[in-house]
Amino acid sequence: MSNNKDNKNSYLQMFRQMVRIRAFEEQANQLYLSAKMPGLTHMYVGQEAVAVGICEALTPNDKITSTHRGHGHCVAKGADFKQMFCELLGKQEGYCRGKGGSMHIADQANGNLGANAIVGGSAGIATGAALTAKRMGKKEVSVCFFGDGALGQGLLYETMNMAALWKLPVIYACENNLYGEYTKVEEMAAGDLMARAKGFGIQSFEVDGQDVLAVNNLTQELVERARKGDGPFFILLNTYRYHGHHVGDINREYYRSKEEEQLWREERDPITNFSQLLVDKKISTSEELKSIELQIEKDAEEAVNYALNAAWPDASEVNMHVFASN
Amino acid sequence: MREITFGAAVNEAMAEEMRLDESIIILGEDVAEAGTPFKVLSGLVEEFGTERVIDTPISEPGFTGIAVGAAMTGLRPIVDLMFGDFLFLIMDQLCNQAAKTHYMSGGKLSVPMVLRTNMGATRRSAAQHSQSLQALVAHIPGLKVAMPSSAYEAKGLMKTAIRDNNPVVIFEDKLMYNDKAEVPEEEYLINFGEANILRSGTDITLIATSSMVQQAEMAANTLADQNISAEVIDPRTISPLDETTLINSVKKTSHAIVIDEGHQNYGITAEIAARISEKAFYYLDAPVQRLGAMDVPVPFSPVLEDLTVPTAQQIHERVVMVLEGKI
Repeated sequence: MSNNKDNKNSYLQMFRQMVRIRAFEEQANQLYLSAKMPGLTHMYVGQEAVAVGICEALTPNDKITSTHRGHGHCVAKGADFKQMFCELLGKQEGYCRGKGGSMHIADQANGNLGANAIVGGSAGIATGAALTAKRMGKKEVSVCFFGDGALGQGLLYETMNMAALWKLPVIYACENNLYGEYTKVEEMAAGDLMARAKGFGIQSFEVDGQDVLAVNNLTQELVERARKGDGPFFILLNTYRYHGHHVGDINREYYRSKEEEQLWREERDPITNFSQLLVDKKISTSEELKSIELQIEKDAEEAVNYALNAAWPDASEVNMHVFASN
Repeated sequence: MREITFGAAVNEAMAEEMRLDESIIILGEDVAEAGTPFKVLSGLVEEFGTERVIDTPISEPGFTGIAVGAAMTGLRPIVDLMFGDFLFLIMDQLCNQAAKTHYMSGGKLSVPMVLRTNMGATRRSAAQHSQSLQALVAHIPGLKVAMPSSAYEAKGLMKTAIRDNNPVVIFEDKLMYNDKAEVPEEEYLINFGEANILRSGTDITLIATSSMVQQAEMAANTLADQNISAEVIDPRTISPLDETTLINSVKKTSHAIVIDEGHQNYGITAEIAARISEKAFYYLDAPVQRLGAMDVPVPFSPVLEDLTVPTAQQIHERVVMVLEGKI
């Protein structure tokens, strides 16, 4: 176990990253509500401890694949606000020069192979990245983030089977936020969610996805084991999305109650509860945490304003990058 | 010059490239010891080992997706899709993932992979093992599509495909694997987007792909007996397409027939005919004609199946009709 000073740094880093995700999403939601953002976006708010707990156990060389609800993974893997907001707004300086948008942000410099708008669509990519790592003798690990909805996709089971056969260093991180789009998970997934990966002989773990330390401790252990060739692994992370399926999903009472939403927000919020822990254990003070929050909110606001004023891509971009040059 | 079979040429191309580049791997069903049902890969696992020639479960979307991820992170996978008909199983991974990754990432990520698969009817394999689905993938921006028409072409195009930094789909006609052609011992590549004029002519342009090139050449021979001079052109890759060579030929001959074994509706023949009409309309003396596979699922019964694929005789007859103004 690392010493107290290291703990303090890594705890504050996790706090900071969770707050960054929330601040980013708050601005993204406002951009949608004020009709400044083209298209729709899917909010990660509520699930911050999952992305942060996992990504803080990875190095920049480790790979992740992300989902349509992917801003959290992207921030947690080290992305910069300005380039992210530029991408959300379709601007030239975005991570993908405005060609990907909210559902396709990729940040390869930090090991993010991209968000994917096909549910479960990146299971092959994450597994393939693990095949590369194994074949090239790199000690890298890849993490495939997906939601409970992806448990309905056959691709996931095909790739888990191969990952298990070939002992690939990949971690399948299933974020069960209880709803696939507008439908409860129990109406869509029969049987035991944990039994799926176990069926392939993949060691599977369940963790409270609102507890960043629990997620981080488990992931650190699994990453270390995966680097040694003990992979693959499956983690079921129980979590909750505070917003609807996307920003436009405002009236949700036909599929979930306001009481349920309130319960998660008030009693299980990953940031509130982690803040409390940091204060209780005297790792930080509420003043220090507040000032971190305020600074991050300011950063997010500045980044949004930067992106709003940033240049659109030139028309010549439209047929650029269809093919890579040889 | 030595002659080798189409299958041996494909095998040689892969082996040569694998010797040069450690990052090349092969993934697919029964690619290792079995060497595929057509035995095209025989011997590769013995030379390169099971770490590089990887037998997969029967999970086409899964191993295609794994290849996409491997390609994005530094390997150069060759995916072996046992039958072209299985393309329908992998459409998401090929068309939504592989084809779009470079563009969607603003050029940051790329997917240097080859998907080799096959096409072609008249093998008595019925509707799910006989289709020629090149039009489906040629429709998608971000994919390159090669259609070798001989052992020589197969080797040169495969080597170019492996070195390309983009997803390339190669359609091999499964009835041609034992066809022999002259293939030089020394290394050569065939550039994508450069059509091959196999036979020069002045009266009509026959644009044909894959095994239809043989049919077109046979027709050109019988036409020559009637003093009709047909120019035969193989586009080699339908994406990218060497439009210039095709258009210049039609401007010279003023007549054109396009032949491809895919279904005629909305197919390769339709695309090429449309481009000729757009760019050489005023040079044409007759409407551009198309010969594709009949628009029916491929039937099993040999007497029915043989009716569905264009033949040299049909090409010959159509040329005569075009030149006699009967269309």
